[in-house]
Amino acid sequence: METRATRIGLRVATLVTLAFIYVPLGVIALYAFNQTRTQRWPISGLTLRWWEKAFHNPGVRDAIVHSVEVALGATAIALVLGTLASLAVQRYRFFGRETVSFLVILPIALPGIVTGMALNATFRTVFEPLGVGFGIFTIMVGHATFCIVVMYNNVLARLRRSARFIEEASMDLGADTWQTFRYVTLPLTRTALLAGGLLAFALSFDEVIVTTFTAGPIKTVPLWILTNLSRPNQLPIVNVVAVGLVILSAIPVYVASRLTQESGILRRR
Amino acid sequence: MGWLLIAYLGSLGVLFAAAFWRLDPFTADVVRDPGLQNFKTLVENDVYRSITIRTVKIAAAVTLTDAVLAFPIAYYMARIASPRLKGLLVVAILMPLWSSYLVKVYAWRVILQEDGALNWALGPIGLHGPGFGEVAMWLVFSYLWLPYMILPLYAGLERIPDSLLEASGDLGARAGRTFRSVILPLALPAVVAGSIFTFSLTLGDFITPNLVSSVQFIGNVVYANVGVANNLPLASAFATVPVLIMIVYLLVAKRLGAFESL
Repeated sequence: METRATRIGLRVATLVTLAFIYVPLGVIALYAFNQTRTQRWPISGLTLRWWEKAFHNPGVRDAIVHSVEVALGATAIALVLGTLASLAVQRYRFFGRETVSFLVILPIALPGIVTGMALNATFRTVFEPLGVGFGIFTIMVGHATFCIVVMYNNVLARLRRSARFIEEASMDLGADTWQTFRYVTLPLTRTALLAGGLLAFALSFDEVIVTTFTAGPIKTVPLWILTNLSRPNQLPIVNVVAVGLVILSAIPVYVASRLTQESGILRRR
Repeated sequence: MGWLLIAYLGSLGVLFAAAFWRLDPFTADVVRDPGLQNFKTLVENDVYRSITIRTVKIAAAVTLTDAVLAFPIAYYMARIASPRLKGLLVVAILMPLWSSYLVKVYAWRVILQEDGALNWALGPIGLHGPGFGEVAMWLVFSYLWLPYMILPLYAGLERIPDSLLEASGDLGARAGRTFRSVILPLALPAVVAGSIFTFSLTLGDFITPNLVSSVQFIGNVVYANVGVANNLPLASAFATVPVLIMIVYLLVAKRLGAFESL
């Protein structure tokens, strides 16, 4: 259909766009091995010095620990609540069903700053009088709001694709609700759960905006980067942490996208 | 499920209510007596108005840029690439979408700075990069949200049946005409779907404006009022502005059929 010229033009445009997307990441990756402390381009030589420095930096280490804690917590909350929500919306007709499916989308449709502020105001008025200050727990709850969305979407997509009759067959054969869930629903949705979990983890690990409003004194990795951007002699370490962050988030995303390449769960068995 | 939903909605409610409170000028405490004074400040003060207009303008420019940039690659992925290449390209677009926002902004900060890579590359041909400012902001935002436009557009283009394009060709339309009269109208809902992300994400951002320019965005003012100035009522009132804009935007998007393309 497309003429030869169009095809070639499109191919070139595709390559240019991909270059546009990846060149900045490549530049920052090179800077992580930069020999000098200054951020001049072109870089003067390659060294692994900053990686070692970053590894022994206590601020970086603390930030990583905090980020992992938060991401694990937020993913766990999302895993439970997101899955339950998607099961409910897919399986049952109930009052407010449409509203639920709209509400779960809100945290990604609304600007992050609104979510962040809203949570900040609530934590201040509700949690602080109860003695729960800003910290790991508040960040976890903040991140859970959008992690739930990711989980919900992933599981719902899988549930819509898998045939309902298998579960009915399981019930007909005498399995109770729990057995059906354990032996039928769970295996069906297992990869979607894993993929959603990985994406939620990656998302939480990278999040800045909601985090700035809910963190209090705690520093997660992105917040550590943000504070250290204004300190010129910390920049070589920032480069290393930045590249580490890209790599760490690329792995779960890659795995997740392999897992959800829907190839017909039913046909494979 | 319930408690988190309530916590979230409750938070939004508190935020909305706070927009009508005011700050006691002497004690700097929040006074919970409802009134419209914050909104009055926002409407009457030139600074807030120009910040709002600037934010919306840049969000619109970014959305338009991304739509134009995304079309060729999305079209290539949807209709020309082999299935194997298609899979690879989807992953190639997905990975930067989920990878760190902050790192990407930081990378551009390093590239755009005075002795950075861009000026080094442009120097020999006698050009100079934009430096930090509104242009840099537009560029970085367009970069950040591009994948959000490519993916829905790709899905939308893939759904157009080949037969329609063949029919258009059989009826004598040239490539340009087919593109204008068949492909573009059919892809429009997908573009609008993508634009929800590019528009909303730009509207609420305050970190990019901070890092690659010294220009104020709605988000910067809100952030400053929550943190430093501790004027929650004014911040809440200003934060309702992007929310209102987004609600209008979503309603229009819904009419254009964008929700089916999400």
